[in-house]
Amino acid sequence: MNNYIPVIGLEIHVELSTKSKMFCGCPADWFGKAPNSQTCPVCLGLPGALPVANKQAIKWTIKIAQALECTVPNISKFDRKHYFYPDLSKSFQLSQYDEPIGQHGSFSVHFDSIENKKKFRIRRVHLEEDAGKLIHDGKVSLVDYNRSGVPLVEIVTEPDFHDSSDVKRFLEELQTLIRSLGVSDVNMEEGSMRLEPNISVARRGGEDREIGGGGGEEEKLGGGVELPNYKVEVKNINSFKFVKNAIDYEVTRHIEILEKGETPVQETRGYVEATGKTISQRSKEEAHDYRYFPEPDIPQLEFSEEEKNPPLPELPTAQLEKYVNEHSIKFEDAFIITHDPLLINYFEQLLVILIRQPAEKDLGVVTPAKLASMLVNKRISSQDSPEVSIQKASTATQQVKTDEVALSQSITKVVQENEKAVSDYKSGKETVIMFLVGKVMKEMNGQADPSLVKERLTTALKK
Amino acid sequence: MLYSIMINTRDLTIKGTLELLKKKEISVEELVSSCLNIIESKNPEINAVLTVNENALDEAQQFSNLTPLRPRLREGAAISQFNNKPLLGIPIILKDAYSTKGLRTTAASKVLENYIPPFDATVVKKLKEAGAIILGKANMDAWAHGSSGENSDFGPTKNPYDLSRTPGGSSSGSAAALAAGMSLASTGTDTGGSIRLPASFTNLVGLKPTYGRVSRYGIIAMGSSFDSIGHFTKDVYDNALILSVTAGHDSLDGTTSKLDVPKYHLKLETSMRGKKIGIVKEFTHSGIDSKVDEVTQKTIKTMERLGGEFIEVSLPHVEYAIETYYILVPAEVSSNLGRMTGTRFGKGRELFGDEAKRRIMIGTYTLSSGYYDAYYNKALKVRTRIKQDFDQAFEKVDALLCPVSPTLPFKLGEKANDPLAMYLSDIFVAPMNLAGVPALSVPAGSVEGLPVGIQFVTKQFDEQLLYQVAYAYEQARGPIENLKINT
Repeated sequence: MNNYIPVIGLEIHVELSTKSKMFCGCPADWFGKAPNSQTCPVCLGLPGALPVANKQAIKWTIKIAQALECTVPNISKFDRKHYFYPDLSKSFQLSQYDEPIGQHGSFSVHFDSIENKKKFRIRRVHLEEDAGKLIHDGKVSLVDYNRSGVPLVEIVTEPDFHDSSDVKRFLEELQTLIRSLGVSDVNMEEGSMRLEPNISVARRGGEDREIGGGGGEEEKLGGGVELPNYKVEVKNINSFKFVKNAIDYEVTRHIEILEKGETPVQETRGYVEATGKTISQRSKEEAHDYRYFPEPDIPQLEFSEEEKNPPLPELPTAQLEKYVNEHSIKFEDAFIITHDPLLINYFEQLLVILIRQPAEKDLGVVTPAKLASMLVNKRISSQDSPEVSIQKASTATQQVKTDEVALSQSITKVVQENEKAVSDYKSGKETVIMFLVGKVMKEMNGQADPSLVKERLTTALKK
Repeated sequence: MLYSIMINTRDLTIKGTLELLKKKEISVEELVSSCLNIIESKNPEINAVLTVNENALDEAQQFSNLTPLRPRLREGAAISQFNNKPLLGIPIILKDAYSTKGLRTTAASKVLENYIPPFDATVVKKLKEAGAIILGKANMDAWAHGSSGENSDFGPTKNPYDLSRTPGGSSSGSAAALAAGMSLASTGTDTGGSIRLPASFTNLVGLKPTYGRVSRYGIIAMGSSFDSIGHFTKDVYDNALILSVTAGHDSLDGTTSKLDVPKYHLKLETSMRGKKIGIVKEFTHSGIDSKVDEVTQKTIKTMERLGGEFIEVSLPHVEYAIETYYILVPAEVSSNLGRMTGTRFGKGRELFGDEAKRRIMIGTYTLSSGYYDAYYNKALKVRTRIKQDFDQAFEKVDALLCPVSPTLPFKLGEKANDPLAMYLSDIFVAPMNLAGVPALSVPAGSVEGLPVGIQFVTKQFDEQLLYQVAYAYEQARGPIENLKINT
């Protein structure tokens, strides 16, 4: 294994949640609808029907491109990508070839700490249309064009991944990012986020060469890595875990082949959930010539500076860094909050109150870090109004001011009055301690920090 | 037949017909019925119409309150109906590339022999809203591939002026039907001359509008960046009237312009004095039939008499127009015909004719990786040069005057087996499609009993001037002698 380095790039399809389809007025919400009920001459590809581009989808694609730090060109366009398949109503897919909306970007992902951050290059972000769906029913195959023409954003990374765990983390972060933009529900089960890793394995020991495509920061792999001259694309993956499994399976398979001195075949493979393996679907010999050319029915897209730079919400990664660096929130808590759309929204409301009202109300020692910790540990709930939660947190933190003399007296009293429990504890029944903590808290009328009580009680019982 | 009165529709213009209708001298039903009678009696010979709208007479009934039979409606109400519906009761035949809801639309190909569209093309909708009665669908070269009508899978259309000759193509049936009196106007598509050539061969006025002036939505595409949606009429006024109805922005066609649509037919009169008219140097070469050239020279004299000043202009890149056209158009054809796979429109692609197959193969080849730059991309660059040539010419002149066809209407079969000779029929008309400018073919004379047209061209979106120049010419030209419909 040490002689080999996996080289992995990703193609991610994200279905936009626009009201209407990409090139016609049909509803884009196709999932679960009666077959062919969400169609018109345009998405059915009837003779004479013409596409008109959905402006909202273009705006949202620019948002995604900007969130991924891509360059958005002044001029973009749609191209026809030709192939024959029954679910493709026009026998070409409207896509973008050489002027994608997003070009040469990057996306940084935090791992287990604020310092451990990796940057992966984005090659392109482009807008295209989805195809219909084939339904195989016994001897017949049926076509449902409800999904035909639904806007689809394709995000392509550079082959910057060398580890399946990095891929999984990247995808989780990407999902969070896109969700935060409010442009897609990125739902894996309904297929609104689809994943295709391109996998190859490089052999160490060759001449020292750069890995990865053009643009961005070129990365060098140490030890003299020979760039692979093949790649395998895996399709039909609908969970991050399966992506990891598929990559791991492929990497092992490629190494076995390379060990024999052979080169894996360049091909498209499908992931089989049941076995965790991949199977061959289409080899290079059957590869298509898509005969791209500019779509004559749609005028080229021209973007103003304003259109190229739409306002973006604060992105999850920036929020995570702000929480940790500015608010001294624990990384783990900040991570959980920034990855849950409900929690982050609620926590931002808490922060507003906390920052606005410190002088008027005595909130004790309520800090953003404390609030974050309490929210994550469910000691305050997003079900309550933010004001209620702040009050709860305030009460809880004020309890920290424990009267040490009173505590000492209370412990002595409780130990004396609960001989049975104390002896049970001393004979090894350690869970009894919580019963005793409760008794002390009662003596203290609740005005004590339970953890401090537990600590002192334990010490007292050891005597 | 419901009505015994036969109206001589061959000699009627739309303008004249509307007057007769307003005066209740004829009824819409009589008009429609007369056209249907001619279709019934003459179509077996001419083969101009592929599908007749069986509901046409019923549709004519909606206007029966305007007829002499039921003179109950007050005069004022009747006139306002005519104002709201500028084509009230006018029988029109559509090229079979126009999608018509519930009416078979084949593009004259067996591949679509049984296809009935569930929607109307935008232009069809507009014509219906303007009160026009759709009588049927006209024969054409299959998929609009051709210059003679002979590529139709349903047999060639014959020229009503000489049944042994072609009416020109690809809008062959539209031209022949109108010339024979089967309707008062007809529609076509002009991708490389497919309206202007047949107009010239059948003594009609044929418009290729500016690309983007008339919606393409619902018209079966040939070359999407070339297709211009135009029409045939008997005179310039009628032609301008129809464009006032069909032109304009369409939210379903992203390539249509938002420029206002004038009422072209109301501003036709203008002086030609001082108008600069260009003669294209590259079009005066020897390939042109001398008798056709004589008609062109006569036209120039007429325009000079009106005060027009003639200037020679050069379009240096038009000599590559046909080559450029036959790279770009087949590329778009190969893409556009991909959907005719046989899974949804009834018939399989084995039914494509030779010309469609030829264009699909050429287009597939020129778009293939490794050849794209050498062919498609190169041709795009030449197209840009040709556009610039026209732009520069229109800095010097108001309009261009050129021949339509280098020859007289040719015999059926004469060029059918020589695709290259057939392609060269479009040498004076295809460049305008590369440039996207408007052009009008207008009857100019006759040679040996056969019609000859002349072509006026203006800059993009200046159809108003185009019509004014053509109208001035038409008024000065006088009647064309020695022409007779032979059916």
